[in-house]
Amino acid sequence: MKGLNRWVVIGSASILVAGLVSSRALLGAQSVPADRAVQRIDFSSEIQPVFKQYCAECHGPSKARGRLRLHAPDLILKGGLSGPPITPGKSEESLLIRRVLGLDGEDQMPLDGDPLPEATIARLRAWIDQGALMPGTASAGSVTGDRPSTGSGQRYIPDPEHWAYVKPKRPQVPMVARTEWARNGIDQFVLARLEREHLAPSPEASKAMLLRRVTLDLTGLPPSPAELDAFLADTAPDAYDRVVERLLASTHYGERWARPWLDLARYADTNGYEKDNRRSIWKYRDWVIDALNRDLPFDQFTIEQIAGDMLPGATTEQKIATGFHRNAMTNEEGGVDPDESMYEVLVDRANTTATVWLGTTLACAQCHNHKYDPFSQKDYFRLLAFFANPDYESRTFLDGTRFFEARLDLATPEQEKARKQAQADIDRLEQELKMVTPAVRDAQERWEQSLRAAERSWTPLAPQQARATNGVALTTLQDGSLLASGPNPELTSYTVLADTTLRDITGLRLEALPDPSLPRGGPGRDAYGHFRVTAIHVEIAPARAPLDRQVVGFRTVKVDDSAYPFEPKDLLSPERGSTSRKGGSWAINAVREAERAPRHAVLAAEKPFGFRGGTRITVRIDHLEGTIGQGIGRLRLSVTSAADPIEGSELPARLRPVLARSASERNKAQAEELAAFFRSTAPSLKPARDALAAARKALADLQIPSTLVMKERPTFERPSYELRERGSFTARAGRVYARTPSALHPMRDDLPVNRLGLARWLVDENNPLVARVAVNRFWEQVFGPGLVETSEDFGAQGAAPTHPELLDWLATEFIASKWSQKAILRTIVSSSTYRQSSAVSPPLGERDPYNRLLARGPRVRMEAEMVRDVALAASGLLSAKMHGPSVFPPQPPGIWNMPYNSDKWMTSEGEDRYRRSLYTFWRRTSPYPSFMTFDATSREFCQVRRVRTNTPLQALTLLNDPASFEAARALAGRMMSDAAGNTTRARAAFGVKLVLSREARPDELARMISVYEGERRHYQESSGAASRVIRGPDSALSSNVRDGALGSDVRDSARGDDADLAAWTIVANVLLNLDEAMTKQ
Amino acid sequence: MTRPATSSLRGITRRHFFEQASFGIGGLALASLMDDVVLAERQDQTRSVGPATARRFAPRAKRVIYLFMAGAPSQIDLFDPKPALTKHDGQDIPEEFIKGERFAFIKGKPKLLASPFQFKSHGQSGAEISELLPNLAKIADDITIVRSMRTTQFNHAPGQIFMNTGHQVIGRPSLGSWLSYGLGSENSDLPGFVVLLSGDNNPDGGKSCWGSGFLPTVHQGVEFRSNGEPVLFVSNPDGVDSDVRHRSIAAINDLNRINNLDVGDPEIQTRIAAYELAYRMQTSVPELTDLSGEPGSIHELYGTEPGKASFANNCLLARRLVERGVRFVQLYHRGWDTHGASFGEDIVEKLPHLCRQTDRPVYGLLTDLKQRGLLDDTLVVWGGEFGRTPMNEARNGSKFLGRDHHPRAFTMWLAGGGTRPGITIGRTDDLGYNVVEDPIDVHDLHATMLQLLGIDHEKLTYRFQGRDFRLTDVHGTAVAKLIG
Repeated sequence: MKGLNRWVVIGSASILVAGLVSSRALLGAQSVPADRAVQRIDFSSEIQPVFKQYCAECHGPSKARGRLRLHAPDLILKGGLSGPPITPGKSEESLLIRRVLGLDGEDQMPLDGDPLPEATIARLRAWIDQGALMPGTASAGSVTGDRPSTGSGQRYIPDPEHWAYVKPKRPQVPMVARTEWARNGIDQFVLARLEREHLAPSPEASKAMLLRRVTLDLTGLPPSPAELDAFLADTAPDAYDRVVERLLASTHYGERWARPWLDLARYADTNGYEKDNRRSIWKYRDWVIDALNRDLPFDQFTIEQIAGDMLPGATTEQKIATGFHRNAMTNEEGGVDPDESMYEVLVDRANTTATVWLGTTLACAQCHNHKYDPFSQKDYFRLLAFFANPDYESRTFLDGTRFFEARLDLATPEQEKARKQAQADIDRLEQELKMVTPAVRDAQERWEQSLRAAERSWTPLAPQQARATNGVALTTLQDGSLLASGPNPELTSYTVLADTTLRDITGLRLEALPDPSLPRGGPGRDAYGHFRVTAIHVEIAPARAPLDRQVVGFRTVKVDDSAYPFEPKDLLSPERGSTSRKGGSWAINAVREAERAPRHAVLAAEKPFGFRGGTRITVRIDHLEGTIGQGIGRLRLSVTSAADPIEGSELPARLRPVLARSASERNKAQAEELAAFFRSTAPSLKPARDALAAARKALADLQIPSTLVMKERPTFERPSYELRERGSFTARAGRVYARTPSALHPMRDDLPVNRLGLARWLVDENNPLVARVAVNRFWEQVFGPGLVETSEDFGAQGAAPTHPELLDWLATEFIASKWSQKAILRTIVSSSTYRQSSAVSPPLGERDPYNRLLARGPRVRMEAEMVRDVALAASGLLSAKMHGPSVFPPQPPGIWNMPYNSDKWMTSEGEDRYRRSLYTFWRRTSPYPSFMTFDATSREFCQVRRVRTNTPLQALTLLNDPASFEAARALAGRMMSDAAGNTTRARAAFGVKLVLSREARPDELARMISVYEGERRHYQESSGAASRVIRGPDSALSSNVRDGALGSDVRDSARGDDADLAAWTIVANVLLNLDEAMTKQ
Repeated sequence: MTRPATSSLRGITRRHFFEQASFGIGGLALASLMDDVVLAERQDQTRSVGPATARRFAPRAKRVIYLFMAGAPSQIDLFDPKPALTKHDGQDIPEEFIKGERFAFIKGKPKLLASPFQFKSHGQSGAEISELLPNLAKIADDITIVRSMRTTQFNHAPGQIFMNTGHQVIGRPSLGSWLSYGLGSENSDLPGFVVLLSGDNNPDGGKSCWGSGFLPTVHQGVEFRSNGEPVLFVSNPDGVDSDVRHRSIAAINDLNRINNLDVGDPEIQTRIAAYELAYRMQTSVPELTDLSGEPGSIHELYGTEPGKASFANNCLLARRLVERGVRFVQLYHRGWDTHGASFGEDIVEKLPHLCRQTDRPVYGLLTDLKQRGLLDDTLVVWGGEFGRTPMNEARNGSKFLGRDHHPRAFTMWLAGGGTRPGITIGRTDDLGYNVVEDPIDVHDLHATMLQLLGIDHEKLTYRFQGRDFRLTDVHGTAVAKLIG
């Protein structure tokens, strides 16, 4: 009787009833209902929460007033300064009871709180009188060196016999009074609890409510009016069961149930972290949908996702499934250590595995032994080691080295052929471009000559006068350059006056030169030798009339280096932002010695200038955005009358010294770099470059799908990893080998110690957690809260199950049904518990506001994706297209505003605008905004539970989001065209049927009709507004919608009466905003 | 938890409701009936729902503006001058400081890094403030500098979550939502807790920094966008004017009430209140965010440029929000993460830049609050999620100067709202590595803030999963020295 081993029987069971009676007599408290007397009080679910709630603050893990702690069985028995609080079997003698009653002249407990409710005291007493049964503590003494030790000052000893770590045993279905109510085992457990609480279940929900509820739960979509009519008309006793079968067989089932799984899998279309670049892994999402639709048993579902690649003769599909753990984020930030970012990935895999299959916060043990659950830090790293043998390669880029794991290429044979062709073209053209033919060599020679000639065409300006603001001194050097010295103010402007006799001046050049007097040799004046120029302004005047100045316009500005991308032409406009440094100004990065070379900016005039008899040029160089002194340290101005002043100006600063050298003086790398630059700009090679670009585009256009998969490095060794002290990557503390946590069921001897073995171990029938954790999540999806509310944590810190035996019954049922997810969902939605009305009667609302006792049906706000899908379905816009790359439905501009990424949200065309929400592109750092408003998660990490908020931002989204209003417009069209009868009343009623899937109540119809009539009057009076309502912001789109959604008759009539359609659009907007529209009830 | 009572609605029987409604469709009867209900809901929304016993002290502050400098400003370069660092600049840090220490990025043995910036004493208090904050220095006597802050987290996201919720893991209610829960709102047209963002990108902790955790969601921070519409979708669709919107929301709420007669779910009441608030926000938010009516002198004071999103803009908005009775306004300015790992994110260039973005607006805000008499009962808090190391990070041999994350000692300051102005509290050792006097932990700061608002931090509790939770968990002591 392993199940009984958990219970340490203290005292004698024989005193059970007698003790109860005597305590009642002694203490005179309210009587305990008779049926409670024979009902064993469960410590974990009924007593421990009381201690947690009322006592833990002073007598818990962190405080022990009077040296008493009440959070662990052994400590409860031990007691504090006043002795043991409990005398098992004798509640009247128990200190605990006497103190909560305030007897013996002592303070009544809890000290600063209200006295315990009488019913709670009665429960405590009954529990003590039953012998104060608690999960065993004997095993606490058997903690081995391998188990978590008690840390410094931490007296808590994790309980390996915590209910969740003991394999569920199929409980006996309890007896209930109202046997006729129970349809299956679920109901008997629920009813038994209700009867104990003297509550009655709610009546069955109306057929319409039930149909909508079950359709939403199983497909995520509302029932169509036809489905509603059919169900209402079907009076056969099995009508509901046939609906359930139809829904379970629908392909929408997989789409609906993929959503919560994808939260667990942290599925997204980008890599995460600050760069958050795109990745291609949507095939994994499609695999989940399909696996659910074919009801792949949960054990196989698990094995294929964790280790599908390691199955003998693994199929492509099974490999795709391993995308589960490739969904971990990857850090591409410059300078990250690839080994360390791989470590972060492994950590995420271990944490996710523990959360999804073990319902365990194993993450806590990354840095130290788990404080509350029986997992050591070694356990953690042993689990992590299962993932520590991935096949990956490192590649080095300009900003650092990154690692890449396996990617599965999914080209069709035709695509493969096309790709080979395109790749051959690319290779050929690349070779062609690299080929150094005599012609190319000559061309480069001519190019170099022309650059040198261009260089010679520049005439330095000899400054007549140079001034700077804010105290900077500018001194003219012999070569005509100006050297800045003196104070280095935050902001400064240099003004240089120079005379020239040159005519037809086409360009002006500003050079920034190094100088030994500058910080680190310059060329700028900040501590690194950098400068930041914000604007260049040029005026000219005839030398003989120097006050007769005019502004010179420039058509182009080129710089040969910049610390970050910016538009050089912005230097011509003095208008600039004072808060954004990147962009708008010209700054250089010369922090390393090799980079301390001259830089230049070249300005090409709109038209040649220069006066007969000489020209006075005034050049102002602004540094008006710095926060530290960042003026140019040494500068020189030159002018040219060359036909194209820009020629050669783009040669990168680092290559200019190379150009100056003769070919024989260049080293190989320099020569190659210069040649490569030449080939990237040479006009003669443009056709080849264009062809290459076209070939590359052709390759990209093939859009060959690929997906990220797991791949194991071939090895015969047991996977291992080095433990990290305090979880710190750098603190290596000895190698540990892959092994499953010692507090859980042992790994079978016939299992390989690798990822595949781990997967099989997870779904071993002896795993105490996996089935419970899985069925609890199904329950959570259907009922709102799970039976264990903390669905991510079944450990000692998690919530106790409200119905522990029901949980175990479902878990064993799940295994008995060969892990069929559809079967367990069928059981749940077929129960009388599920089929109850969700109306909240006032006393029930007071008694059980969160419906934890299940005396009514579920009523919860839908998840974000469902809110949108229901609106799309009701309005007729929804596309039924399944699978494929993620899509981009409309979202407001400016949402994807990322510092490191220029990726743009390109709104999808056609039906891809209206696909089911789970196909929406998921960028981790910027998910679809209306989903976030409705509490979707970022998918950065595995998250089991979504919170449910209720905010004005949700109201604004559904009222005003152009995507929502578009649905209202389409819904209005549908109400007008498809209603049975063209009366106002029929249209309003049809709207209710589409959105709420039920018949409208007369009072509702009256209210809707009043909206319609009022708004029609309003829009008749302002026809311009009406057409704007119907047309929307995007006229091309809305004509699609109208043509698509409206029958031609209505389209004509609607054209005839814009006010009518506008008024219906407002009614539709109202309907889609109803609480009921976004609620599953 | 006190859920909004449905009894007021239940008092109106279904029949009564519809006699009125059908009789006066679109007319007076319904309108007047509705107004009563709406009024009741308004009062509901502004009422405090937290335990009354928590309000134990005479409140010194009525509202809070929290200037959250996300990314962690360098205390060593702003508020905590260390001559010893200057003396030993470039030398290895003594081993005893870093033995067994874990850093976010530093590897090997780091070298001490002197502040490149000058410090001076300011005001009568002689507060030492860096040259990077010349405007704040002018009002040194109005602020209370705390040099002895400590935290337990050394990465941005958990650090920010901890500083905002008292717990490093996502899921607890934030400071602002605790206040909204404990004190209610003073304005029924705006959310009680508003979040304004500026700077390079969003705070690393994301929305959890202003989430309501397990508190009712009405208390969560509402994020105003700094570009485009301040609140997403606050404008009506084309062709829908304010009257149409008003009428349609009335209809939505009527229909929800009709449904609630059958359903009786308190969430419907919350939804009705949310729609009412959404409508009022459609008017109040554009009015609030329209800064064109502010005189030139005010724009000059804050350094705002009309039409340009900035921290300065948000400071001015913050004043307008507290003027309108918003309880908690939190400004996040991201970008203080000055590691020196690459161009433009170092302490030599980036830190001064961040200071320039924020120094004048902060000065403007405090000055403006003061001249309007608002500073007396508005608590202003400035600070990041942790501090920065006295050592140069030199990641991958970077030549830029920067500092790594440092949870052991950092500086924050407070002003107004009953704090004791013109003092500097706490001391760090000669290198600025550890706190050696008056350590103040995050929970202590929270306890102090709550006390200034009249709340006993041990009594402001919320029962969740069978346990009473509070902002300060089982820690925290209000710092008497901080309270004037």
